[in-house]
Amino acid sequence: MSEEFRLDKIGLVNRDKKISFKFNGKKYFGYEGDTLASALIANGVHLIGRSFKYHRPRGFFGAGVDEPYAMVQLYRNNETEPNVRATEQELFEGLEAKSLNCWPSVNFDIGAINNFLNKFLPAGFYYKTFMWPKSFWYKIYEPFIRKAAGFGVVSTKHDNERYEHKYEYCDLLITGSGPSGLASAYAAAKNGARVILAEDKSRFGGSLLTSEVSIGNQNGKDWADNIIAELKEMPNVTVKNRAQVFGYYDHNMLVMSERLSDHLPKSKKYTPKQRLWYIRAKEVIISTGSIERPIVFGNNDTPGVVLASAAKEYLKVYGVLVGKKPLIFTNNDSAYETAIEFKKNNINPIILDTRKNPESEIISEAKNMGIEMKFSYVVVAAKGYKKVNFAEIANISEDKKDLGKIENINCDCICVSGFWTPTIHLASQSGNKTKFNEEIDAFVPGKSKQNETTVGSANGIFSLEKTLITAFEKGHEISKKITNKDNKISVPQVSEKKFTQHDKFWCVPLPKEKNYKRFLDFQNDVTVSDVELAIREGYRSIEHVKRYTTLGMATDQGKTSNLNGLQLVSSIENKIVPSVGHTTFRPPYTPVSIGAIVGREIGKHSKPTRKSPMHSWHEKHNAVFVDAGIWLRPRYYKKGNEGLFEASKREAENVRKNVGVCDVTTLGKIDVKGPDAAEFLNRVYTNAWLKLPVGKARYGVMLREDGIVMDDGTTTRISEHHYHMTTTTAQAANVLSHLEYYLQIVWPELNVNVVSTTEQWAGAAIAGPKSRNLLQKLFPDINVSNEGLPFMGYLESNLFGIPARIFRISFSGELAYEVNVESDNGNFMWEKIIEIGKEFAIQPYGTEALSTLRIEMGHVAGSELDGRTIPYDNGLDGLVSKKKDFIGKRSLNRKAFIAKDRQKVVGVVPLDKKTSIPEGSHLVKDANAILPNPKLGHISASCWSVEYNNPFSLAILKDGKNMIGKKLFALCPVKNKSIPVEIVSSHYVDPKGERVRS
Amino acid sequence: MLHIKCPHCGLRSQNEFSYGGDGTVKRPDLNKEVSDKEWDTFVYLRKSPRGKHVELWHHISGCRQWIKVERDTATHEIFKTSKVNEDI
Ligand SMILES: [Zn+2]
Repeated sequence: MSEEFRLDKIGLVNRDKKISFKFNGKKYFGYEGDTLASALIANGVHLIGRSFKYHRPRGFFGAGVDEPYAMVQLYRNNETEPNVRATEQELFEGLEAKSLNCWPSVNFDIGAINNFLNKFLPAGFYYKTFMWPKSFWYKIYEPFIRKAAGFGVVSTKHDNERYEHKYEYCDLLITGSGPSGLASAYAAAKNGARVILAEDKSRFGGSLLTSEVSIGNQNGKDWADNIIAELKEMPNVTVKNRAQVFGYYDHNMLVMSERLSDHLPKSKKYTPKQRLWYIRAKEVIISTGSIERPIVFGNNDTPGVVLASAAKEYLKVYGVLVGKKPLIFTNNDSAYETAIEFKKNNINPIILDTRKNPESEIISEAKNMGIEMKFSYVVVAAKGYKKVNFAEIANISEDKKDLGKIENINCDCICVSGFWTPTIHLASQSGNKTKFNEEIDAFVPGKSKQNETTVGSANGIFSLEKTLITAFEKGHEISKKITNKDNKISVPQVSEKKFTQHDKFWCVPLPKEKNYKRFLDFQNDVTVSDVELAIREGYRSIEHVKRYTTLGMATDQGKTSNLNGLQLVSSIENKIVPSVGHTTFRPPYTPVSIGAIVGREIGKHSKPTRKSPMHSWHEKHNAVFVDAGIWLRPRYYKKGNEGLFEASKREAENVRKNVGVCDVTTLGKIDVKGPDAAEFLNRVYTNAWLKLPVGKARYGVMLREDGIVMDDGTTTRISEHHYHMTTTTAQAANVLSHLEYYLQIVWPELNVNVVSTTEQWAGAAIAGPKSRNLLQKLFPDINVSNEGLPFMGYLESNLFGIPARIFRISFSGELAYEVNVESDNGNFMWEKIIEIGKEFAIQPYGTEALSTLRIEMGHVAGSELDGRTIPYDNGLDGLVSKKKDFIGKRSLNRKAFIAKDRQKVVGVVPLDKKTSIPEGSHLVKDANAILPNPKLGHISASCWSVEYNNPFSLAILKDGKNMIGKKLFALCPVKNKSIPVEIVSSHYVDPKGERVRS
Repeated sequence: MLHIKCPHCGLRSQNEFSYGGDGTVKRPDLNKEVSDKEWDTFVYLRKSPRGKHVELWHHISGCRQWIKVERDTATHEIFKTSKVNEDI
């Protein structure tokens, strides 16, 4: 198909580089420098999708980020992306795109029947219709809404593209490279400031790309090109195109998304698709410009109805005509530029101006060029289904209430201009109290909260001369504050056409007996009558009207619809716009892809993975790993066809029978040093610490101030003023912060230092009846007898020449030791233990066997110390000192904590000695009681007891102390289980603790 | 993201810190008789003012010092920061 809407001699696209692309399966051509939108329009394609609710045909409305409907499903490099704005997507060779929201095709859309059923789809339709009955939701309502609503399709494949994050600091961030952005960037850069200039489009220059102005004897675009070229050369300036600053956060943190590869057929190797910049700027200049707003009239969503500024941009930047018989409908002077541009290219536009007899330089120029114009005229309705083919127009009375006789006029596009709305999103996000400017009928930034300044048309200044003067001045003034330099650039001479006052008219009344839809929000299909209905139904706050009608809630965030919505609410309510107020602007200004937000924090990079020094040995020996916090720990070592159950049972049995070795490197370790260390530990732990001798370890429990157990572990006195504290793997970081809190804030008088040594030590637990024999072989020089190294004893020695710490502590309930060496020697230690342990039938064991061993011994761990239990609940009340004070002690007096029937850890055995009880099951008296069945307790941990060869669980049970011997039921509705059980002591194996002392 | 001036390290981004709550709470002295009400107030009751608030922050990914920050809870403005042993 030929490009019959492309002109030869105008535009900035590269005519030497033809690009082929596909839309809805059909092949077209465009040029390098086109957007998908400009290339489609050049080919005469105006029907691009169907609307959200009524499935009405939709084309193009704008030429940039404000585009409400020209969204497509994009296919690129075997990936697909939904809701890509055709007006922003740059063309590349092989681009493929499809229409959204229409089935079976854009030309014949079944959903369009909604258009004729529209009286069933008013404001709040979803709220009203789909409320009752509740049972209809799952099968009827939800699938209907899902099918009918929504736009593109998200790819379910893994996204192979690379996204990056970057942190940056600068003196001055400038958002937008139009005249005001360029001028302030130039002034500030010349004054020595570190400047970042961000432009969301591919081309720099903003309005200078399309306006007929001259700056310092150059035309506007050349001036922009020269300034950019000069800025790019300056070492203190970073200039970025395709970079949208979308969020303004606290303390002048702004976030920008840079699209590095979206305009290429395929990302280059090592180049990310998008990069998210977190920019901390000392000052921000907001030069985001303004967006033309529509005038509301009948069928104003018909393809071919476009913003006048967009028509001009398609013409001047891309050399593309949005139509050959344009009707220009305006309430101000700026649309005359569009008309003049058409005329210059031998197209004859007709201007309808709502004003009575406006006079200005540009109107005279248009008149002199012979452009036909009608004053006090409006477009009543666009006509044509898939593209405008004529318009109903009429004279309008001076009070703008009555229409004259309706006339038909032939046209193939309607270029509409309802004046300009400053883009105040970033200013508003920063906390700026925006104010309503009566003169331009729009909100502008007011008092700043953060270090931001808005310049140019974003600040409601539409004269280029004024814009440049203030922008140069602000750039200089702000940079001077930061750099203390005073290098001032003189403002160049400007020539531009002066405009006269616009007409505050924004909505064409309906002619009698006509029921045209007049759209406010084009993407969400919100019409004037929807808002009227919402107000009739009692919605007053603009925030409520917004949510009820969905006005401004689509992906374009109401860039073209917000202000007209406000106008409507205020006119119905007879209020002025400022008292209605605008809805809150929230980031992001434009949609940001999830990939960019996630960045490189994906898969294994989403959190650090910590591995012990013995990790590769575990891997080589078929360890199956489990996440323990951010650590990877061997869960079990697989032999042959073993599963978790068989392997962990074998490993646990071997500990009970021979000897096992477990990697305990992940335990948190904290060095506590200083003359007051003993006193500090005495305050931190519930038990007594002042008399622990050097060379001894002690088990301790620490509480939070509310009496709940925070953590437990053993702490060893290495020397007079040096203790080695261990914490659970999961709580290590919290415990360190907790200790620092008390040392720095509560008891700064204590002379103690704490530091994490978790990374510095590798640990191996050697457990089982033969562990002493093994230890003797590992350390032939030490006395490993009960006298030489008693339970809770500590020694230092050498493991084949390597310094080692030996603790006689046990988690498994067996005779056991823990050997620590410096991390770098961890693997050496491990291999030696395995090698020498062979003669004692040593086997490594993982966390699953470790759990089994501790559960059947009744040792409490994380599943019992779950942030809800006190020492008593865990049978640890013997460790609570009556004599001294400690953190959390006062809370233990709480009524509930000392209640007679207080919960306590117990053991649970199924009556059939066969059925394993799922963790989390509830213990109840009567399995068949009326729901909700009163819960007496819950199963905290379950295992297969290797000692007795039957299932065994721990539970936290109300009045647990007096429940031993009682029969209850363990209910697990999730697994549909009801298991009769008997309550037994939690110390199922070796209740007197003889083995650890043997 | 807030920008917090650690009195030990200088101006750093919020993601280096963790929040520690009301900085004016004083723990009752050890071994002191404390009424239920007094203890309850210390453990559980915190003011949640709109406006100026003295808070504790912990520079966990920095110097690991707890610091005091005077911050407006509504606007996030930070007026002052200090070491914990100094008056703010
Ligand atoms: Zn610090």
